[in-house]
Amino acid sequence: MNESATIAADAAPLIKPRTSKDDRIMVGFILVISLYLLITLAFPLYAMLSKSFSTYAFDLTNFEFQINTGDGWSEPFSAAAQNEKIQKFKPEDLVTSSDGRLAPTELFPDFSFRSPTLYRLRQVRGDTSFLFKTERVDDTEWHEYSSNDFRRIVLRASGATGLDNFRTYFSTPALFRSIENSLFIAFLSTIITVSLAFGFAYAINRSTMRFKGLFKLIAMIPILVPSLLPGIALVYLFGNQGMIKGLLFGESIYGPIGIVIGSVFFTFPHALIIITTALAISDGRLYEAATALRTSRWRTFWTVTIPGARYGLISAAFVVFNLVITDFGLPKVIGGQYNMLAVDIYKQVIGQQNFEMGAVVSVVLLIPALLAFGIDRYVQKKQVAQLSARSVPFVPRPHKNFDRICLGYCSLVAIFIVGLIAVCQYAALIKFWPYNLSLSLVNYNFKVMDGGGWDSYTNSIQLGLYTALAGTIVVFVGAYMVEKINGFLATRSAFQFLAMMPMAIPGMVLGLAYIFFFNNPDNPLNTIYGTLAIMVICTVTHFYTVSHLTAVTALKQMDREFESVAASLKQPFHRLFAKVTVPVCLPSILDISIYLFVNAMTTVSAVIFLYSPDTTLASVAVLNMDDAGDVAPAAAMGMMIFYTNVCARLIHQFVSRNLVRRTQAWRGL
Amino acid sequence: MVDETTDNSDSKVYLQIDRLTKKFGNFVALDSVSLEVYEGEFVCFLGPSGCGKTTLLRAIAGLDIQTSGTVRQADVDISALPPSERDFGIVFQSYALFPNLTAERNIAFGLENQKLEKSAVDKRVNELLDLVGLPDQGPKYPAQLSGGQQQRIALARALATSPGLLLLDEPLSALDAKVRAHLRHEIKDLQRRLGVTTVMVTHDQEEALTMADRIVVMNQGVIEQVGTPTQIYREPDTLFVADFIGAMNQVEGHIIGDNSVSIGELSFTSRNHGLANGSPVVAAIRPEDIVPQGMGDYSSSDSDAENNLEMEIEDMEFLGSFWRVSLKNSALGTALMMADMSINAIRSLDVKTGSTIRVKLPADRLWIFPPSVNI
Repeated sequence: MNESATIAADAAPLIKPRTSKDDRIMVGFILVISLYLLITLAFPLYAMLSKSFSTYAFDLTNFEFQINTGDGWSEPFSAAAQNEKIQKFKPEDLVTSSDGRLAPTELFPDFSFRSPTLYRLRQVRGDTSFLFKTERVDDTEWHEYSSNDFRRIVLRASGATGLDNFRTYFSTPALFRSIENSLFIAFLSTIITVSLAFGFAYAINRSTMRFKGLFKLIAMIPILVPSLLPGIALVYLFGNQGMIKGLLFGESIYGPIGIVIGSVFFTFPHALIIITTALAISDGRLYEAATALRTSRWRTFWTVTIPGARYGLISAAFVVFNLVITDFGLPKVIGGQYNMLAVDIYKQVIGQQNFEMGAVVSVVLLIPALLAFGIDRYVQKKQVAQLSARSVPFVPRPHKNFDRICLGYCSLVAIFIVGLIAVCQYAALIKFWPYNLSLSLVNYNFKVMDGGGWDSYTNSIQLGLYTALAGTIVVFVGAYMVEKINGFLATRSAFQFLAMMPMAIPGMVLGLAYIFFFNNPDNPLNTIYGTLAIMVICTVTHFYTVSHLTAVTALKQMDREFESVAASLKQPFHRLFAKVTVPVCLPSILDISIYLFVNAMTTVSAVIFLYSPDTTLASVAVLNMDDAGDVAPAAAMGMMIFYTNVCARLIHQFVSRNLVRRTQAWRGL
Repeated sequence: MVDETTDNSDSKVYLQIDRLTKKFGNFVALDSVSLEVYEGEFVCFLGPSGCGKTTLLRAIAGLDIQTSGTVRQADVDISALPPSERDFGIVFQSYALFPNLTAERNIAFGLENQKLEKSAVDKRVNELLDLVGLPDQGPKYPAQLSGGQQQRIALARALATSPGLLLLDEPLSALDAKVRAHLRHEIKDLQRRLGVTTVMVTHDQEEALTMADRIVVMNQGVIEQVGTPTQIYREPDTLFVADFIGAMNQVEGHIIGDNSVSIGELSFTSRNHGLANGSPVVAAIRPEDIVPQGMGDYSSSDSDAENNLEMEIEDMEFLGSFWRVSLKNSALGTALMMADMSINAIRSLDVKTGSTIRVKLPADRLWIFPPSVNI
């Protein structure tokens, strides 16, 4: 001891840890996966953001003309001066999009392509361009044209950066009114869905009614269908020729009513899962204490149940809010003239080819979505803290009247869900509503309809399978890197942040961002534009967050020292990964893959901008057939998606059970 | 210091730690720690939680490499090497057994992939199962084994590749008391048979005292004392060690001479301390070192009245094999002193609550420490 005390005066050498081969491989992996998320998420979003700030206008001061009517060339004069002279365009007429073109002949009222007049055109600076036929000219030379050629010239707009697009947006009532509409629909749907789901979850958790399993199964149905399917069912029920149209007392289903009912339908299972979890973790001892203190049921409900489930309720509310405000399929089908933000993006981009305005609406839509996401994350962190407490699960006791009320209530909700699905199936099988009610399979003859026919169905299956396969691998490996690598804190937290982002990004916004990023001719990756690959990538990214969280949760349950033990035994990490990590996490891995498959089958929003004639999808076909008036075939295709997902779920269950029997023998011993 | 039980002068240094410092941000977890571990030795790092003992173990393993300072194993500088390039086996508190592999596959995990014949692997696995006393448990999954059995499988897995160094990170603290006591003995026995140099981290002093050849007592990132269990117990270097290991009566006093200390109104002869006159100190004595006077057995010391005093019995606590007696003397102040007395002594001296007894504080058992800053 004394000896060491004297040596300690010299500084001990600083140690720079040497990395092992495993470390280097891990770093390689994490870089590749971070790069993947950067390319598939961060860069496209950046491209979209910058698009929303880019404005285009014709800069008339930069173009100069000379005219020769036979008596020599006139003095050069600018297009701006000419415009001034003839008072042709007002300044706002000169604002255009990136694709805007302006024919210079419009500045010459007496222009005739048959006249012998010669024209010269040049640009003062080289930052604009014009097209002659298809040839692009961006130099500052004089170019001479006959009048016949002159009419084939178009001036191109020049770009700038600014808030003009946003100014235009907020000065166009037809556009900004959507904000109010979207918020209103989202609020209303949230309140209704959360209340209904709470009642349902409460009945399942706290009563001893029968058929609980069946009710849980039925409640999950909406997850298996595209969000626009309830819209189609509602059209059949309450549309202009609806079966029970009278129940609306003259109100139209096309608009807020339809959107809210449909939204409640498709968000119900999401809210239910969260609230059921929140109720299930409540402590049975609190209820015993309440009973011992002779607290009334009513008071117990408000002082024990509600506070216990409050984080779940808040979280469910934000999730539903987010789903509704970002959904595109449903308001497209049943919204009528009622504009919502997500549909506006579609209309601007597909309808008017105004990409800049599409980007502006996207940015506007991002704000509530990001807010809801942020608050939800905050709340969920608190919920985790509550979970860790050891509590005794609550065991409900039979209570005749209460059980009867619960059974009745759950039956009503189940009828609502099954009813809408049944209507769709009925609609799909009827020859021609409401004139020919005989059953037939004619609506399944997708070949003769818009939307891509049966090909879109097989494309969807392919998309689902590839997404499940590629997505599961990327997500699980990514989560493993984040959870199990040592050091690289900055990279890992950056990755974690990127992985959480997709949940906040509406599908429409992501899809549009992909157009801007991947369709850019300067992007070497633009070869994948229009292929199935880009849709697989987009879908994986779109549903990344939930998958990532599932994987992380599974990995967190693994002993943190496995990697240390393997290193001490001189075993490479990939051997541990293959022999232990993957087998132990297999149930979660299968859950991720079925989650990705089902969502790839039903998603519309992100891929609506990305499909090409060769890669039409079933879910998009539902939308397009409905748009074209082929509502019954749309319903038929929607039901095909439903049955496919049911089959996928059954296969998933079968495979899990078998694999689990083989690889999880150690569980439940 | 005289080594009482083991003499390491001939042994080879196997593990040499030189001025090891580990910082986490501004927090110094290890502050220039130096230590030598001899070949075949069983060393325990002992200390309260947060003292740096696990940090030191993880630095030796390369799992959390130190900020500065060197580690040499078998004369090779391994300071910067990743764990996979070092030579050690490790057992964690959680055992970290792979749940989806049977006990034998767990043990075989480090043997497979090493260009060994399958039969050779099987033979080695059976050998190890025998070694840890679980010859029939090979085909079972960890979840089917008891805590103690899992612990032994983890040990077998760590030993499978015959590492030069065995690291044990609180290997027994997840077990219940009886299994723990049994396994202590077994691990120590196994270690002695294999002769593998072993470092164990523990916060349980009993574990350290019964298992270790030498104990390294750590506190707040530094080593307080290194020594055999008897040295650590009988000859504590610092008040911290004295206080942390076993029970110790502590009374405040002042130095009044080279070998003497005043406590309250009394003065005592103590061990030599080398502290300046008048400085405040803590006088310490273990309960079992307080000797009751007046019994036949102790008649020889009766004439020696040094450090004898009368004390009133405030309370008595029966602890099975002995009594712990609380003693009071107003001349010493309000502090109570604990003395452990045999059942015989209690009977023959007729000790009971409220009565007075004459005790001796033997001078060579009365320790003087500078008062601790931290305690």
